Amino acid sequence: MKWDEFIITGDPLILGAQISILISGIGAVFVLTYFKKWKWLWDEWITSVDHKKLGIMYILIAILMFFRGGIDALMMRTQLAAPNMTFLDSLHYNEIFTTHGTIMIIFMAMPFLIGLMNVVVPLQIGARDVAFPFLNNLSFWTFVIGMGLFNISFIIGGSPSAGWTSYMPLASNELNPGPGQNYYLLGLQISGIGTLATGVNMMVTIFKMRAKGMKLFMMPMFTWTTLITSMIIVLAFPVLTIALAEMTFDRLFGTHFFNLTNGGMPMLWANLFWIWGHPEVYIVALPAFGIFSEIISTFSKKRLFGYNAMVYSIIAISVLSFLVWVHHFFTMGSGAVVNSFFSITTMAISIPTGVKIFNWLLTMHKGRISFTTPMLWSIAFIPNFVIGGVTGVMLAMAAADYQYHNTYFLVSHFHYVLIAATVFACFAGLIYWYPKMFGHKLNERIGKWFFWIFVAGFNICFFPQYFLGLDGMPRRINVYGVEDGWFALNFISTVGAFIMGLAFIILVYNIYYSFRYSPRETTGDSWDGRTLEWATSSAIPPHYNFAKVPEVTSMDAYWKMKEEGIDPNKIEKYEKIHMPSNTALPFVMGCFMFLVGFGLVFEWFWMGIVGGIGIFACMAFRSFDYNDGYYVSVEEIEETEKRAREAK
Amino acid sequence: MLKNGKSLKWLAFLALSLFLSGCGNMTVLDPKGPVAESQAWLILFSIGFMLLIVLVVFILLTVILVKYRERDDHKGYQPDIEGSHKLEIIWTIIPVIIVIILSVPTIMTIFELEEAPAATSHKEPVVVHATSVNWKWIFSYPEEGIETVNYLNIPTDRPILFKLTSADSMAALWIPQLGGQKYNMAGMETQLYLQADEVGTYAGRNANYTGEGFADQRFDVVALEQGDFDTWVEETQNDAPELTQDEYDKLMVPGSASEMTFSSTHLDWVDHSTDAEYAINAWDRMGYVPLNPHSRAWKSI
Repeated sequence: MKWDEFIITGDPLILGAQISILISGIGAVFVLTYFKKWKWLWDEWITSVDHKKLGIMYILIAILMFFRGGIDALMMRTQLAAPNMTFLDSLHYNEIFTTHGTIMIIFMAMPFLIGLMNVVVPLQIGARDVAFPFLNNLSFWTFVIGMGLFNISFIIGGSPSAGWTSYMPLASNELNPGPGQNYYLLGLQISGIGTLATGVNMMVTIFKMRAKGMKLFMMPMFTWTTLITSMIIVLAFPVLTIALAEMTFDRLFGTHFFNLTNGGMPMLWANLFWIWGHPEVYIVALPAFGIFSEIISTFSKKRLFGYNAMVYSIIAISVLSFLVWVHHFFTMGSGAVVNSFFSITTMAISIPTGVKIFNWLLTMHKGRISFTTPMLWSIAFIPNFVIGGVTGVMLAMAAADYQYHNTYFLVSHFHYVLIAATVFACFAGLIYWYPKMFGHKLNERIGKWFFWIFVAGFNICFFPQYFLGLDGMPRRINVYGVEDGWFALNFISTVGAFIMGLAFIILVYNIYYSFRYSPRETTGDSWDGRTLEWATSSAIPPHYNFAKVPEVTSMDAYWKMKEEGIDPNKIEKYEKIHMPSNTALPFVMGCFMFLVGFGLVFEWFWMGIVGGIGIFACMAFRSFDYNDGYYVSVEEIEETEKRAREAK
Repeated sequence: MLKNGKSLKWLAFLALSLFLSGCGNMTVLDPKGPVAESQAWLILFSIGFMLLIVLVVFILLTVILVKYRERDDHKGYQPDIEGSHKLEIIWTIIPVIIVIILSVPTIMTIFELEEAPAATSHKEPVVVHATSVNWKWIFSYPEEGIETVNYLNIPTDRPILFKLTSADSMAALWIPQLGGQKYNMAGMETQLYLQADEVGTYAGRNANYTGEGFADQRFDVVALEQGDFDTWVEETQNDAPELTQDEYDKLMVPGSASEMTFSSTHLDWVDHSTDAEYAINAWDRMGYVPLNPHSRAWKSI
């Protein structure tokens, strides 16, 4: 291999990125060294098994990826702003939309929600940690390694360019030579292992570790959606794992699962991808529904309307999510009967979703609605998501889909559902649980600026795209002509994208501003909350979560306690608490996984073997590791709780 | 206040009329054949229903937000409402009914589109084999014994039966004003009926991403009167050069091409719907080696 195939050269944009990465890397090392924070970073974060800290790290990286994916989006929109633009060449454009899609789904939306789950779910069910804290740390590091591997592709070796769906045979060696597609396969594979483990972890946590008295039908809605999401993860991700492994074998070892030659079946990939890919949509949508349920109920000062119906709706949606994958290729000529079946199952998803929309509306009905920033995001979700939803029904009508398929109509639809549900929920959840994580609220005034500008930009960006689709503009083209007549709508869309970019800067500023100037929270209950996460003794919960695990007798457990005048923190006598020890092993294992991934990307098999041996050595080491945690002493608990009470 | 209200009304009117005039010009809603017509009808039918749903939700949301926002003279606060089975049943059943109402025409249209358009089904369809190759289109008329590259001539008022396949990546044949698309896949054949009712030139393209030259993978469809079409066929049979396998193999190498016309078809030696490997083997014969697009070697080609 020549050096110019290893480091990407000859593109000023990429050179700029390389330089800025280098500078920020040096900057980070300097800051950590100057302030003597290396040990703190290692002890408090990298090796931590505390679910709240892992959750915060997930969210931090998700925001970083939101930035990267957003820059990708702005570059694409710049290229499409006017006819015959030459800002990006075809290859670069293709790489950018591929990484934009993959990063936003796999490395932004999912980890952001998993981060929130990590922070909130154990607190909501009154647990001290997740069921498998070691595994939780390992999941995080596999995610980081997968993310890192995927992200370095654009400076080392070249990014994947076959679309986030990576349809074969376009993604095969013959049509997509070079390491780009290998990055996609291994980055997703490694982070997918972590996601699958998180699914198992969350499921077991919710089933086995709920506080005394909390029946399944007393669980907060976010916990419910986390549970159902975890089940979808456990059922869907193995399909992706196998499909990715098969394509990796096709590319590295000459098998013919999906190739053109020797009887490979390219369409098998499309089927496998969407059998995972459609449930994946609900992996990022259902937790969002849970977040909105919590927030709408809290800020309407009212219990959730039709709780049981809400639960059954998410179960129905999760079942249907596995029965609709063919709607991603109605145009594959599957025949009228097949297309009719999948048309109906797809439209049927709108029924439980509609039930949820009306239940949210009726939750606000006869409530006392306060327009805090998390509530604003939740309210904005409803009309925007409905626009995305009804266009989804239009797409589900197969005969009409023949005209929308692969056009901007589709692009607009899925951005309307994914941004209005998932991204709005990420912002809403971040702002809502921010005081729980950091001990102070985000500034509401700046938050409102961020909200209005983002929502305006979002609609200006994506609404015109419905009309571009109906006007015959296919997705993924990098250039169009004057005669196509798409200039005006595209230009408006690009303006909207930059408005969203501006909003993101306001969010970042808000985080900085609030860190400096927001008043510190003295109670744990920042929003007059209803669920147990607000019952912990201090604003940043202690690492053991609850000095004494509360007993639950109804839904909205903490609200009930407040109504009845019970203080869950008033405890006569403290007892020592058993907690898991920190561990460095997952981080080490992650480093070996990186070796495996990087080695396989460039087909340096010796490096892959070294990494593989390392991973197995870590597993062997772990199986002889008899450290089963430690006890938090009564004195320490007394001390912590006393400090929390004095703060009040 | 009144003035504001008035200007708002004008603005709404302006926006609506702009929106509606825009709809009229949009390619998909400006059909020139029966297939695209039935699809455009289905689209407009669904838009109607969807606007209704959107309107209901928007109005409900607005009313609730105005009425139950936190304020000093707040009325009607009832924090402990559990739910209402009656209401929940209503908003389950109404969507069920809407889904049924939408399903019926959808399914009828799906079945209808599998066959030649009813009005002209008594006429013999023109068969066109449409093969996608990165990043060009090859159209073969087996009955006429002619082949074109990157353009397509068809007669009006006659069904065109496309037999779709691909030499390499998956593509999608799409001529929006004549009707919706279907995939071209190597080693397989899909069928698509389209028809033009009016003489004219329509834009056709590949709608499914195929890599570098994807944006340019487009072609013009020229719909001619039957007589003019026959003349064109005859002229082509007499005047155009024959397609040699060597020339065809050159077309298999990834790249764009200009419009070409031939008086014979590639179906004489390869059918891509049964032979998925032809293009890859042709690369060998042409000495084409795929390279990392970021390497210098590639850039010097």
